Formats: sequence, C-alpha cells, structure tokens
Amino acid sequence: MKHIVTLDTRDMAKSAVNGGCGECQTSCQSACKTSCGVANQPCENKDAE
Amino acid sequence: MIHQYILNGYHIILDVNSGSIHVTDPLAYEAIRLIDAGKTPEEAGRELLAGFADRGVTEQEVQESLADVEELRRSGKLFSEETFADKAFDLKKRNTVIKALCLLVAHTCNLNCSYCFAAQGNFHGQHGLMSFETGKRALDFLVEHSGLRRNLEVDFFGGEPLMNFQVCKDLVAYARSIEKEKKKNFRFTLTTNGVGITDEVIEWANRECHNVVLSLDGRKEVNDRFRKDYAGNGSYDRIVPKFQEFVRRRGGQGYYMRGTFTHFNTDFTEDIFHMADDLGFAELSMEPVVADPDSPSALTREDLPVIFEQYEILARDMLRREREGKPITFYHYMLDLEHGPCIYKRISGCGSGTEYLAVTASGDLYPCHQFVNDPEYRMGDIWEGVTRTDLRDSFKLCNVYSRPECADCWAKLYCAGGCAANAYHATGDIHGTYETGCEIFKKRIECALMIKVAQAMEGRQEKES
Repeated sequence: MKHIVTLDTRDMAKSAVNGGCGECQTSCQSACKTSCGVANQPCENKDAE
Repeated sequence: MIHQYILNGYHIILDVNSGSIHVTDPLAYEAIRLIDAGKTPEEAGRELLAGFADRGVTEQEVQESLADVEELRRSGKLFSEETFADKAFDLKKRNTVIKALCLLVAHTCNLNCSYCFAAQGNFHGQHGLMSFETGKRALDFLVEHSGLRRNLEVDFFGGEPLMNFQVCKDLVAYARSIEKEKKKNFRFTLTTNGVGITDEVIEWANRECHNVVLSLDGRKEVNDRFRKDYAGNGSYDRIVPKFQEFVRRRGGQGYYMRGTFTHFNTDFTEDIFHMADDLGFAELSMEPVVADPDSPSALTREDLPVIFEQYEILARDMLRREREGKPITFYHYMLDLEHGPCIYKRISGCGSGTEYLAVTASGDLYPCHQFVNDPEYRMGDIWEGVTRTDLRDSFKLCNVYSRPECADCWAKLYCAGGCAANAYHATGDIHGTYETGCEIFKKRIECALMIKVAQAMEGRQEKES
C-alpha cells in the first residue's frame, strides 16, 4: 500500500480463540495502584497469537 | 469503530475492535474519515479531489488511497465489527479464581502525607500490624482459591509495609517453602515510601521481590509539599539516597519510581525529568492524585489541557532520549502491541473484587486497597472466605460492557473499564465512570500509540536508508 502503513499488532479475534489463560498480572498490582489500564500488561503466554 | 488523530506529525488510525494501528498520509487519513462518516467511495473520491486540489493530488492518488482503505476493510483491519460483547457477559459465569492479594501488613505509616488515600495508613480505622499467622493464612487462602493458576502475586502494602518488615520476610520464607509442593510461583512486590530502607531491606527485596514500587513525587519542593513526617519535615533528603542505592544494587531493573501529581504540580514532566536526569532513575510512573473533588490538591477540568500537553511533552522527549541511547520507561506508555493482553484480559476489567483482593491487617477481605474499611465493601475474611458473593458478582461485571458510557469509547479495550474505586468515589457507583480519569487515560493512550508509531516509522526509514 502506498498511503497507509500498518503496524504489527496482536489479532484480537485470534486471541479470543487462544487467549484467556489468566496467568497475566492483575492490572493494578504492578505500579499504579490508582488508575487501572490493561494495555501495558504483557501476555504471559508467549506462544499465543 | 475507529479513532483517528494527528500527533507529533503522524496521522494515526486505531481500528478499535481488531486492535490494528495504521499510519497514513493526509490523503488516506481524510479518505478514512469520509468513509467512516458514511460517504460512498465515489462521494469520498470527489470530496478528496476537491479538498486536496491545492496540493496537486491526482485522481490516481485518490483512487489508490481509497483502494488501500478497502483492502484494510476486507482484511478485517479497518472498520472491523464488534464481536466481544457476549464474552463480557459470560464473565459473570466464570469460575472465581484468585491470583493476587494486596497485603496491608501495616495500617500505620512513618510519613504523614496529607493526600494519602489511606488516611496516613490507617484507612480511617485502627492502626495495626498484620501478624505472621494472619499473613500465613492469607497466603494459604490465596493458594486454596487460585485453581490451576501458577503465577500468584502478593504486594506488601500499607500504610508503610517496612514498619512490619519481619513479617514481610517471614511470609516470603513461608511462601517459598510451599510453592514447589503447591505448584505455584509467588511474585512479590514491595511498595514503600523509602524511610525504612536499610541494607537488609535492599538485600532481601532484591533477592525476593519481583518488583519494587518506590514512592517519590519528583522535585524536592514537590515531594516535600505532601510527603512529610509527623514533625512536618519533608522526606526527600532522607529517601532519595536510599532509593538510589536500592536501585543501583538492583541492577536498575524491576522497579518503579512512583510519583503522584496534583493540582499543585500539573507541570509533572519536570518531576519525571528530575528523577531521570538529576537522580538517575529510568523506570518511572507518575499518577494523577486520587482526591476528594473539594480538596485543594484535586485535579480540575481546567487542569486537563495542561496535563494533556505534559503527556505530549513526555512522549516526544522519550523518543528523543531513545534516539540518543538513553531511554526511560514510563509505566503508562509501555505498550506491547504484538504480545499484549488477549481480548479476555481487555474485557474483564481490572480484577478487583474477583481475582484481586486486599487483605487488612486483621484478615478482612476487600475488593481492593482503595475500598478498605468501607463497611459496605467488606467481602469476608481469609478464614471464612468471600461471603459477600453478591459483591463479587457485581465486580465480575465491572467492565467496559457494563458501563453505557464506554460503549462508544475508542479506548475501551485499552482500559477495560477503568478503576472501580475511582468510579465509586466520583459517582457513588462502581459501574459509573470517572470522566476526568477517562480523559487523562485516553490522552495517555494516544501518546503511547504515537510513540509506537514513531518507533515503527523511524525503523522503516533506517531500513530504507
């Protein structure tokens, strides 16, 4: 494509199939303790798409 | 649903449901806006030709950009459909597995910070220290209710947890003694104001704690405005050298310098840069204060434009630092686009009241540390377990799909519905929305995505050159 560059991102639809193991950190636990967000939580399942 | 914005010269498109992120030229950016507004490709083409005539854009370029848009739409990376709502409501039926506890090992503190949400550590209740027996039972409770989850997180919190250091040490030793047999992996976090840091604490925490959160608000005058001892003396001079030694011996990893900004320092990037440039810290977190709206330190709607500008300044400066080989990490700008959370994580909320609970010194259970000692939110205790299953069910549905305001929000799969405690304090309902917090969150995500875009585009330029 000449006009658009697409970054590599995790496919949310595929993650609905192979995600959900629950081994990841709870959102609030690591640093903030006041403003929840999930975006910066790494996935613990390195094999998942 | 899409979200499009221009930041730092980049034209950025987020396709909300697929999670795809695109960088466009101005022509494709406008093409996407027109198609999203309901124009047909023919109508959009005519408007683009007219709108970009002064820039010498040709019919062929317009058609190419529209073809790019169509290709992304067909591949499910643009204007993708929402297919996750049913999964969110299924969450109410999910098994309740607990995987994280916040242990309030000390309901007391050696600082007297006036903005403390925990009321100087006693959470508006009695001062007290958690006994080893209570803490041990809390760890057993966690193991018993963790199902097949292997990774279990425990945060030593307070008050000031180092005022009960011996119990912290004993609890870690106990956890290590059972984790192999129980097939668990305990990850401990210590959150401390720094006053009680000693060589022994450093040696212990750097051996046993997966993460340490070190409270410092930044510049001396900013830190010492609130972070004072009971005699009224600021803590900066006492804690900074300890934090520096702590982090140095930790190898500069697995820590956050965690500050709070208030109405009095909306220029908080100065505090972040002070911690980075003057004090040598590279892992940084700076949070908006949680305060009663009537408090002088509370952030106001009028503060928002200043705060937004600060987040942009920070994002641009982080890119500069990276180019110069001296990067810093800002907690809220850490995005892993390829290996970030799955959709279940993104729709299930923060986990408070369900997979994450706070345990008081006396063993009572609360949905999280911010609800402690609110009698309406006492969920049970570590001996009887969760007895307020109605509360647990209510928290299970505390996610983006339970909040009408979130339905049309482009950031919903990045925030998962936000903080239940903030919502409660702002609206009286855990399913409400804390609008100021939402605005701040969205700005942070825009900046974080821009950083990813800039890194990707700069990487492409390097390859091409």
